[in-house]
Parts: sequence; structure tokens; C-alpha cells
Amino acid sequence: MAVSVIQFPGSNRDQDMLDAMAHTTGKAPHDVWHADTALPADTQAIVLPGGFSYGDYLRCGAIAARAPIMAEVIKAAERGMPVLGVCNGFQILIEAGLLPGALMRNASLRFVCKSVDLKVECTRSTFLSGFAKDDVWSCPVAHGDGNYVCTPDMLKSLQDDDCIAVTYANNSNPNGSVADIAGITNKAGNVLGMMPHPENIALPHQPSQTGAKLFEGLLNLAA
Amino acid sequence: MPNYSARIIITLKNGVLDPQGKASAGALSGLGFEGVESVRQGKVMDVELSTSDEATARADLSAMCEKLLANTVIEDFEITALTERQMA
Repeated sequence: MAVSVIQFPGSNRDQDMLDAMAHTTGKAPHDVWHADTALPADTQAIVLPGGFSYGDYLRCGAIAARAPIMAEVIKAAERGMPVLGVCNGFQILIEAGLLPGALMRNASLRFVCKSVDLKVECTRSTFLSGFAKDDVWSCPVAHGDGNYVCTPDMLKSLQDDDCIAVTYANNSNPNGSVADIAGITNKAGNVLGMMPHPENIALPHQPSQTGAKLFEGLLNLAA
Repeated sequence: MPNYSARIIITLKNGVLDPQGKASAGALSGLGFEGVESVRQGKVMDVELSTSDEATARADLSAMCEKLLANTVIEDFEITALTERQMA
């Protein structure tokens, strides 16, 4: 079982993600550069970390979504490989067309950096298989553009297809996102994008280890 | 090949909340500009390209907007001022 973490120019949470996954899965993940044109052959899951790829030029994640490695990420996602995008990674997944909607500037216009309560709405993603529906847990967010928007039709599809994965609970929505959406999956359930940072609550020295459960879900993948 | 220039105007779709425009509107009111009902913020891009003819240039620019320059979930785009440039 090997996880590939994609590093873009301007990624800044890649090392946190690599550390969290190495610790929870017991195996060193691959650090894959955005300009690569192939994923390591033993890749069984892909993670797009947070940061400010390409300086958030044009739109957050827009340029990164067209990086050479993304053609391979899209192919792997379409084959059903588990793909997780956190924060900027979520923005990249949306810009790549793997998830619907858009992530806009926070309604408050402020960068938010704090812990919020998250509620698990659906556990279809491999990354959420260690949780139960309606689990509520505290998780840090750190973003300026996490305000999820979509058309009313898209929202209905997300609801009908059970694609809303995690929501902000207990009135903790930090960015104004529609329906308190913190993370969504694609229809197949293998692609998960979320604004909060589970990699910051995974290691022993961090305030909790709840986020480790996202990466422990990967242990069930065939060796 | 002829050389063209065009201006692409990207605006938020109606109904999409624009917190930045709203903040600017609030600031204008604060400056004493009464009667400002709303401000919507967008983007302007000037593109120069060489291609066979004007119709191809327009089709290329439209594809550029669809694929990268605009996010059509939240944004509309308009290609304006498409003109052939006379090279010295």
C-alpha cells in the first residue's frame, strides 16, 4: 500500500501530510512533483495537500489543476482510486473537474485559522471509512477561500447522491459555504475534497489524533 | 499568420454572492457616496494571439475561457474588442 502526495509550487502542507500518513499507515508515502508525468507504479491512493499553489493566481487551484501530473490523477480517480484533497487540494480537485462547484472568498473576507466542529454526513470515501455517520469532531481550518458555492441543481444532486461528506456543525461554519458544506465526494465516492486539515490532528504531539482515522482508512486497501 | 488582440471580461454570474464587491460597496458608502446599491467585481484580460482568421481566434478564445480563464460554475465571460493588429 503506497500513497502519493502531490507537491505543487506553493504547496505548504505537503510535509505535514507526509508525516501524518507515514505515522498512521506505517509506510513512507511518495512525494510526487507536479511536473512528473507518471505516478509511482505502486500508488494506491493520492493526496493533494494544502497550500497556495501557483500563488492562488487566476483562481485558487486553477493553474495547479492543469499541471502535468493532474492528467494522471484524473485518470486514476476515474479508475476508482481513492483521492483526497485538503484545503488547496480541495480547490484543485474542483478546478480539475473531479468535484463540482466552486470555492470562493470567505463570506467574512477574513482568513480563518481556528478549530471548528465537523459532522460526518457520509462515509463512502475510503478516507472516512473509520468514522460513523453523524460523528462530530473538532478539526482545524486555515483558509481564505473556503466558501463552497454551487448551483441549486448541483446542491440537489449532491444531496440526492449522498455526496456531502462533512459539514460544519454547531454553528461553526467559518466561511459562509452553502449548506454548511466542509467537504464533498464525487458520485462514485472515491474522490473526497475538504477544507479542514485532518493532518494537523494526527500525530502524538498534536492536540488530538482524530484526523489519523482518515489515513487509517487506507490500511484496508489491498497490499 | 494574422495577429489578433482581444479583451476578455469575466464577471460573476447573477445570484453568486460577491463578498469583495460588497465590501467595496460598503467602503464607497463610508466615503459618502450615497445611493451605491451594489458593486460587482470581475476581471479583465487582454490576450494577443496569432491564428489563421478571426473566427478561429474567437473560437480559441472561447475555448480558453471554458477550459481555464473562467470558472463557468460561477462566472460568465465575454470576448470583446477582437481586432486584427497591424504589425509594424
